[in-house]
Amino acid sequence: MKYIDEFRDGTVAQGIARTIAAEADPARSYHIMEFCGGHTHAISRYGLEDLLPANVRMIHGPGCPVCVLPVGRIDAAIWLARQDGVTLCTYGDMLRVPGSKRLSLLKAKAEGCDIRMVYSTLDALKLAQAMPERQVVFFAIGFETTTPPTAVAIKQAQALNLPNFSVFCNHVLTPSAITQILDSPEVRTLGTVKLDAFIGPAHVSTIIGSRPYEYFAEEYQRPVVIAGFEPLDVMQAVRMLVRQINEGRFDVENEFSRAVTRDGNEKAKALVAEMFELRRSFEWRGLGLVPYSALRLKEPFAAWDAERRWDVPQDSPPDNKACECGAILRGVKKPIDCKLFGTVCTPENPMGSCMVSAEGACAAHWTYGRFRDLEKSE
Amino acid sequence: MTLPRRAHPRPLDLTHGRVDLTHGGGGRAMAQLVEEMFIAAFDNEALNQRNDQAAFDVPAGRMVMTTDGYVISPLFFPGGDIGSLAVHGTVNDIAMAGAVPLSLSAGFIIEEGFPLADLARIVASMAKASKEAGVPVVTGDTKVVEKGKGDGIFITTAGIGTVPAGVEISGDKARPGDAILISGTMGDHGVAVMSQRESLGFETTILSDSAALHEMVAKMVAAVPGIHVLRDPTRGGLAATLNEIASQSAVGMLIEEALVPVRPEVRGACELLGLDPLYVANEGKLICICAEADAEALLAVMRAHPLGADATRIGSCRDDSHHFVQMRTGMGGMRVVDWLAGEQLPRIC
Repeated sequence: MKYIDEFRDGTVAQGIARTIAAEADPARSYHIMEFCGGHTHAISRYGLEDLLPANVRMIHGPGCPVCVLPVGRIDAAIWLARQDGVTLCTYGDMLRVPGSKRLSLLKAKAEGCDIRMVYSTLDALKLAQAMPERQVVFFAIGFETTTPPTAVAIKQAQALNLPNFSVFCNHVLTPSAITQILDSPEVRTLGTVKLDAFIGPAHVSTIIGSRPYEYFAEEYQRPVVIAGFEPLDVMQAVRMLVRQINEGRFDVENEFSRAVTRDGNEKAKALVAEMFELRRSFEWRGLGLVPYSALRLKEPFAAWDAERRWDVPQDSPPDNKACECGAILRGVKKPIDCKLFGTVCTPENPMGSCMVSAEGACAAHWTYGRFRDLEKSE
Repeated sequence: MTLPRRAHPRPLDLTHGRVDLTHGGGGRAMAQLVEEMFIAAFDNEALNQRNDQAAFDVPAGRMVMTTDGYVISPLFFPGGDIGSLAVHGTVNDIAMAGAVPLSLSAGFIIEEGFPLADLARIVASMAKASKEAGVPVVTGDTKVVEKGKGDGIFITTAGIGTVPAGVEISGDKARPGDAILISGTMGDHGVAVMSQRESLGFETTILSDSAALHEMVAKMVAAVPGIHVLRDPTRGGLAATLNEIASQSAVGMLIEEALVPVRPEVRGACELLGLDPLYVANEGKLICICAEADAEALLAVMRAHPLGADATRIGSCRDDSHHFVQMRTGMGGMRVVDWLAGEQLPRIC
């Protein structure tokens, strides 16, 4: 398959693995956080850990949009779905994320709420057209990649004069999350979490470009390599980061040059800037309240904002006490450090969000890598 | 006045007619549907007796019996339809015991308003599949449910077959060291069905692999009566089926990603939809687990048959108290090939 096979060539991967092994200094260790769930998934799915020397450690970051949404926002979505006449449209993964009181959208659907799984914002828009008597609410989640499609849907709703369509906006921003991690006491003062470098997002960077990472690479002195989601992209990014660390550099480098430019997608950025504004603060699962880390619709588009159309509850109930999703999302703990992992929490019965999405650190490790824990313990 | 000689003076309207509640009511309309639709198409001695059951002689020895419900959506897909699938699926379930399929039953649950033209098309396809397989539909049942209480048509088929002497194929017979063979490319059926779903809106040239495997199996069993396990990787695909066998047999497995054949079009569609071909359903492929020494002979027999032209070895069974199915990826790393969590694609068979 053209444009795919080239990035999944096992022989090339082995070659890069040898270079990494040769260049990694055995006297030190390399702690590399892949921010995105897409990278986490590729690392687990292709077993890339087996290709890296023991002193090069990958730490899974919070870049899984399903994982970082706090319990309160899931509860709010369920609350919306329960309102009279509302049809809630959501991406499939969100259905199984546990809210408080052991509820989830899937359970609300079984109770009789009209909740539909859609593949795109436009599916939701079509539903709104087909059912003028229903209020169709799109549960918008995701980082900078999924914000432009939400913007387009609202533009179309405006053009079609669809009064029964609205968006429950939960779009969040990558750079503020990375900054929050680097500012956390574990990284900054306690030093309990070592973070030497970042693999920067693939799809997010196609929109925002590589420029936004320049500030914190400089400020926090951590190298960043933006990489695609194919396994060879990840291997190449690790090689580039090992080299930067060895040379004491902290540059923003772009491995994903086939899709990412320094300035990103100007058209998409302009559309988002026109329609969305920063929330003063937004709660992330694991990271807590992060200032200026999420978007909401600007006043001229308030008519399509579900949070303005209904008095959506803004509670923030705590996570399950034993669930370590928060610490795992910050890179402080590994899935195996959680008491629930693999015992009561599995992809069939997720207790925390990291076990839901295939991009979540726990689901990826359980599904693809759990044999490693047994090898270690035996 | 002359009485009409035929029981049903006006034949079923196969162009504009629709199934209504009288077709399941036990009266004359139902008799006509059975006569003109089912008996006309399936036409065999046992069925033609028009009894509520089929009577036939049975050979001595061990028999197998199986049943399966077909609820696929859409009803017609590239390479097949619910009718051919209902024959192939049940014939294959019999064949996976190494058995020779003898006969099938068919139950139709039809929603009021279903076009007779579609029913005729499905029944014709079912009859063709049954004749090609040499396995007659000897008895059947028709029910009609009110509009909104079904989804067009559901079909159940049951089947019986006989197991040749000395053959004891079962999911619990895989042993460490056994070879794992598959008869061809993975994921064709699921992707073909999915390409027809309205909500996905993409087109492919992929045909479902729906086919009856019993003739190839008969040749395999004749060559190596001591085959350990046969199973068709339908729902949940190769991944789910290997996990079922690993847990039934209490063994681990190691397969090589690079050896699992997947058509480029299927890989492309899976990339686009975020699916893993290892989890996508097949309806005309089998997994064979056998002693290492028998692997080459079985591969030769499979490759000599049109349905096994791409047969290949993908790995081996091994000792593992956790019964993990593991895979060496194309990159050279290792991963678990896990059970499917939830449903990757609903109603695909």
